[in-house]
Order: sequence, then structure tokens, then C-alpha cells
Amino acid sequence: MIIKIENVYKAFGSNKVLTGVYLDIPEKAVCSIVGQSGTGKSVLLKCVMGMLSVDSGNVWFKDTEITTLSKKQIIEVRKHFGYAFQNAALFDSMTVGENLEFPLREVLQIKNKGIIRKRVAEILEWIELPGIESMHTGDLSGGMRKRVGVARALMLQPEVLFFDEPTTGLDPVLSETIMNLVLRVNKELGMTCIVITHDIPAAFRISDKVAFLHQGTIVAEGTPKEVVLSDHEIVKEFLRISFNELTI
Amino acid sequence: MGNMLIKKLLQLFEDVGIFFEFLGKVLKESVSKPFRWHLYINEIELLGVNSVPIILLACLAIGMIFALQSVVLLQPFQAEIGTGAAVAVALAQELAPIITTLMLIAKNGSAMAAELGTMRVTEQIDALESMSIDAVHYLVVPRVVASVLVFPVLTILANLVGSFGSYFISTTLYGIDAASYMDYMFDVLKSVDIVIGLIKSVVMGFMVSTISCFHGLHVSQGAKGVGEGSTRAVVTSSVSILVADYLLTTIMRPIFFGI
Repeated sequence: MIIKIENVYKAFGSNKVLTGVYLDIPEKAVCSIVGQSGTGKSVLLKCVMGMLSVDSGNVWFKDTEITTLSKKQIIEVRKHFGYAFQNAALFDSMTVGENLEFPLREVLQIKNKGIIRKRVAEILEWIELPGIESMHTGDLSGGMRKRVGVARALMLQPEVLFFDEPTTGLDPVLSETIMNLVLRVNKELGMTCIVITHDIPAAFRISDKVAFLHQGTIVAEGTPKEVVLSDHEIVKEFLRISFNELTI
Repeated sequence: MGNMLIKKLLQLFEDVGIFFEFLGKVLKESVSKPFRWHLYINEIELLGVNSVPIILLACLAIGMIFALQSVVLLQPFQAEIGTGAAVAVALAQELAPIITTLMLIAKNGSAMAAELGTMRVTEQIDALESMSIDAVHYLVVPRVVASVLVFPVLTILANLVGSFGSYFISTTLYGIDAASYMDYMFDVLKSVDIVIGLIKSVVMGFMVSTISCFHGLHVSQGAKGVGEGSTRAVVTSSVSILVADYLLTTIMRPIFFGI
């Protein structure tokens, strides 16, 4: 397992968001965490990355227990993770090229402009948006923003890439493109991908493992086939609505 | 009613605690590597060079207004020659640092809070942290360092321009002899007056930048939160620097003047 989550609790004041989450994520797999909005999916992701501290429980990355690390040590571990944000979270004072150069300059401290330009051009080519280095982030469409966000997360060549609601706000064609990008990241670059989504059909299509989060706990998990067979009422209802919408 | 008061007091203590924790982090991060000199230079340009016109205009006006008021007060005693000295001392110790700081709060303090607040609500700060970059080190420290360096320089400029405004009004409008005006001004104005103003400007620069960045980084609830954060930054900075001015004056008077 590359990530192991054990009995994690997290509350914000009186609002209990995570109430005993257990989840194992295999290396080089695509794992989707699905569930209704507001069930704590993004909070769980931020707890795994050490961006939020857990109230109790443990999170492991390989042999390292993240929850017991100091802030400085967490920052070091986080270099193995990448995060593609829901709205891409591109730096709006920079161009696309500058956004992609940023991790190389500021995190890897690469000074050679030639190397930086080459890496940026390569990654833009890889996400099928070549030559947009000089575009301002404000001029990008929703789908382009998401892909550039993924590209920026890839610049540090992480072992695990987190995708936070990658298809939210996109039309079905663009959603398909983004989900295919997730698959390419997994298959071509060999990275473990953890996807948070409520797009059930897409999650079932791309995932090796699906975990269903409801009211702060995982109520069903396994391969897509195993989750379909879950007898948990909420899971059944959620799947019924999602797949009905698809057949209509 | 009593419960409400206790709740508000506890909230206040909590907020003050969070601010001092932030302050500690700023101080710690300001001596941590890597030093991103290009960010310091950018901020110095934004804060300093781009603020020169507004500071020039404001302090020229203050110098001229103060000269007009002083001449009216001093004329009955035939002491209008002291106008330059009165304006210069007031500018050096109080007006130049205060006016400069208030102008920079309006122009840059609100902008700092709004920029960081927008970055917070659009997850750009989370993006920095996801790349193992400390937001305080990357975003706050350059602004604080630039403020501490730029505020005194702009204060010196404010002194010069304000004094010129006073000189212009006194010699052209009221016909005060230019040489006597200058002689008397340099007789009365001591270097310690300027030093006091510069110490104040350094403290105020630090206060304004940390308060503004704090309110920016702690924004929540979207665009409304960004607006509220900017307003809080401006109000808290403005009130704080006036209180700090009083305290600094009280502390420095015995040290520099023995009274």
C-alpha cells in the first residue's frame, strides 16, 4: 500500500467531518473516493497531504506515518504528492508558462532557463495544449485550466497525484478528456492517482478501486464491481440515480 | 448579555493569540532560507517606487497647509520666521511618518489584504502549500521586508517635500526672508527629530504589512470575505499605528530628550 488511512477523525468546531475513516490505497492504482457533496472528501485529501492536521487516527505514506511528523518533515513528504485543484488554482498574476515554471524554479531551484523552457514545452505537449506558454490564465477555458492545473502538479514528478473534483463544471466531452488524462497519468507516467468525484460513471470507468464516503466514514469500498454489489442503502440509491441518469 | 460579553472577550483573546502566533512565524520565516531576492525587489518597486507620486502630493499639501496655519498663529508675535522650524520638527517627528503610513495603508495595505485574500479563496495559497512552499515565507516575508525598508525612505522623502511646501508658502505668500527661514529651521531641527520619525516609520511599516497580510491570509467566505478582510486590514492598521505612535513617543521622549 502506498497510502494507508486508519481511523481518522477530523472536526471543525462542532462540525464532525470525518468520523473514523479507514482506507488503503494500492501503489500505481487509480482510486476514486466518491460520495455526496459535503461528506468530507476534500478534507480527507487534505488530511492525507498533511495540509490539515487530523484530530485522531493515522495516515501512512509507505513506511512514514504522516500524522506524527513535524511541519518541516510534512513539507518534505509532500514533495512526493501532487494536487490538481477543483478550480485549478492557477496563479492568476502569471501566464501559463510562468505557472508551469514555478515549481521548477521555486521548489526544485532549477536556474537554467533552457531546461525550464524545455520541460514546460514538453508538459504542454503531453497535455495536448502545445504553445500556450504566453497565454494569461484568465484567457483559458475551464477544460484548459484543469489540464494546465494537472500539468503544474506533474512538474514535480510526484509519486501520488490527487485530483479534486476534476470534472466539476465541465461538459461531458471535456469530462471525458480530463478522465482520460487521469488514466494517462496512471498508465504512461506510472503514478498513483487518487480522484475525488461525485461523477460515479466516470469514476467506475477509470478506477481500480472505489471508496464511498458517507457521513464521514467509508461505507463501501473495493473494485467498481464490488461496490455495485454493496447493500448499503445510500450507496444503492446514489448508484441507482447516477446510472439512471446515464441511461436516460 | 454577560455570556455574550464573555464570548466576545474570549474570541478577542483567541484572535490576538492567533495574530501573535502569526507574528512569530513571520519573524522566524524572515531569517529562513531560501532568500527570494527577486520577490523582495518586486515588492520594493510596488510599495516604494509606485507610491512616490501619492506621497509627494500628500506631503507637499500637508507642508503647505501647516505653513499657512503656523504663519497665522506666529504672526501676532512677529515670530513667523519660526514657521519653517515648526513645520520641519512636526514633519520629522510626527506628520511625515504618520501621513506616509496612512497613504501606504490606503494604497498598499488594502491591496495586500485583497490580493492574499483572493489567493486564499481561490485556493492559490493551498496550491503553494501543496508544492511544499510556505505561504508566509513566500508571500508575507517579502512584503514585510519591503515595508520595513521602504517606509523610512518614503518618510525622508515626505520630510523633504513637506518642508519644501512650507518654504514655498512662507517665502512667496508671506514674504519671509528665505535665508533667515532656513537658518532658523536648521537651528531648531535636530538630527534626533529625524531619527525619531524614522524609528516610527520602521515600526509602522512592520505593523501595517503584518496586519494587512494577516487579514488577507485569514479571509473566508469568497468575495464578501475578501472585501471584509481588506476593510479590517485598513481599519486595524490605521488605529494600531496611531496607538503605536503615542506609545513610541512616550517611550522615546525620555530616551532622546530626557523629558
